[in-house]
Amino acid sequence: MTTEYFRWTEYAWKDPDKDWRKAETLVSGIDVGSVSSQAAILADGELYCYCNTRTGSNSPESARNALNMALEGTGIKAEDLKYIVGTGYGRVNIPMSNKAITEIACHARGANFMGGPSIRTILDMGGQDLKGIHCDERGKVTQFLMNDKCAAGTGRGMEVMAELLQVPIIEVGEMSLDVPEEPPPVSSTCVIFAKSEAIGLLRSGWTKNMVFAAYCSAMAHRVVGLLERIGIEKDFTITGGISKNIGVTSRLLKELGVESIPLGPDPQIAGALGAALFARDLFLKSQK
Amino acid sequence: MTTAGIDMGAQVVKVVVVNDGQILARSMAPTGFEPLEAAQKALDEAIKQARISRDDIKSIVATGAGRKAATFADKVLTEVTADAKGTTWLLPSVRTIIDIGAEEARGISCDAEGKVLDFAKNDKCAAGAGAFVESMARALELKVPEMIELSLKSTKEAPINATCAVFAESEVVSLIHAKVEKADIAHAVHDAIGSRVSSMVRRIPVEKDVALIGGVANNAAIADAMKKHLEVDIVVPENPQFVSALGAALSAAS
Repeated sequence: MTTEYFRWTEYAWKDPDKDWRKAETLVSGIDVGSVSSQAAILADGELYCYCNTRTGSNSPESARNALNMALEGTGIKAEDLKYIVGTGYGRVNIPMSNKAITEIACHARGANFMGGPSIRTILDMGGQDLKGIHCDERGKVTQFLMNDKCAAGTGRGMEVMAELLQVPIIEVGEMSLDVPEEPPPVSSTCVIFAKSEAIGLLRSGWTKNMVFAAYCSAMAHRVVGLLERIGIEKDFTITGGISKNIGVTSRLLKELGVESIPLGPDPQIAGALGAALFARDLFLKSQK
Repeated sequence: MTTAGIDMGAQVVKVVVVNDGQILARSMAPTGFEPLEAAQKALDEAIKQARISRDDIKSIVATGAGRKAATFADKVLTEVTADAKGTTWLLPSVRTIIDIGAEEARGISCDAEGKVLDFAKNDKCAAGAGAFVESMARALELKVPEMIELSLKSTKEAPINATCAVFAESEVVSLIHAKVEKADIAHAVHDAIGSRVSSMVRRIPVEKDVALIGGVANNAAIADAMKKHLEVDIVVPENPQFVSALGAALSAAS
């Protein structure tokens, strides 16, 4: 079998210090994105466990996989979950969910939970989408902006480059910083054209690191263009898969001249976590 | 007077040699990573075909995205001007020209003399150009001519959102997994690019006659899709991929 360089390792996490059996309510948020899916489970409003998996060919199955993976080894059964909110690209097609909420609202809510009430601007760099979101101190969306459907600047675009250069995607960021000097960015407008440009650059003697540097900076530049249209209010933070690529984020923050609030435990679960927080609100409301 | 026009395209270099209003030779070479070498090669081939010598060519004009790389040319000309000149020479009644190349598509509005009145082009985006067709053919594991032929056998509509070639490739893969007929996917691909280019062309006034040129004009399925979306009859000249080079060669003579 050929190596798939774009593949990243799927993973799950659970809080070793908590016992869900003592919790009164368990709720879940499931984010079925275009490239990756996450499920997060809250025990009495606190994050208990989550997972991050690759989205399959259909939304219902991807949602089921994500939920099963998050629950695996915890002893929680799907029927123990009092309320489930679905979000993301595939949100309307999540059979076990009680409600669907847009990923914009969920990302803001999740980022607010992880990064604190000072967060005002969220950049979500997902598989197919780039979003700039403004929110208030409670994580409520006040304004947002999205890219047109275009792979430039998205996780899928990065996968295409990793595949082309046959480097595991997780290593791209670090490699791009290991260059003698910062090369000029490649064409930032189209991944297909950036791909032919990259082949030309490799032929002319550029190293893979240099090509990645040129691609990461093109991506950063494109994102800056989007953010400038919506404006940056501090504090700023980044969610989504590309937030884990230091080659893109370091160049982006440098160009913007801002710092980013780190989101623990995982900036990629902002959508699922936000959905779970909404699920808890909705459940408590239904009990009144 | 014998002159040559060179169209330094993103994917293919085209050369046309003309003499007093007659086409003597047409040749092409893949642009590759050494566009100057490709241009030399195509020019040598055209000279051989025309049975003339290099010195017989009195003037050379280069056009196309990579025109500056043809350092031996006497002059350069924008693709838009070259398109208008070449098309109206071949088809004098044309007032609207659509040129779809490997990496770019243009809509040009011109008068009877071939003077450009207005034009529109896609921002560097593969979704509205030949590169889109090629990546979709790859995803379908077909050669482009096979994809065109299959497309004509389609009986059902299939959904493809052609706003990005990278995303459309994943859509095609999902459709294949969902057991949608390849013929229907191929048709959807052509229809999508036709729709996208048409909406770009509508930014300029579309007046009859309308001509489709460029390498992609050889794709009958796209020509059909363009007709459907623009709701107008479209003529495709012979050797549509050489029209820009022809325009450059004609302008070298004047």
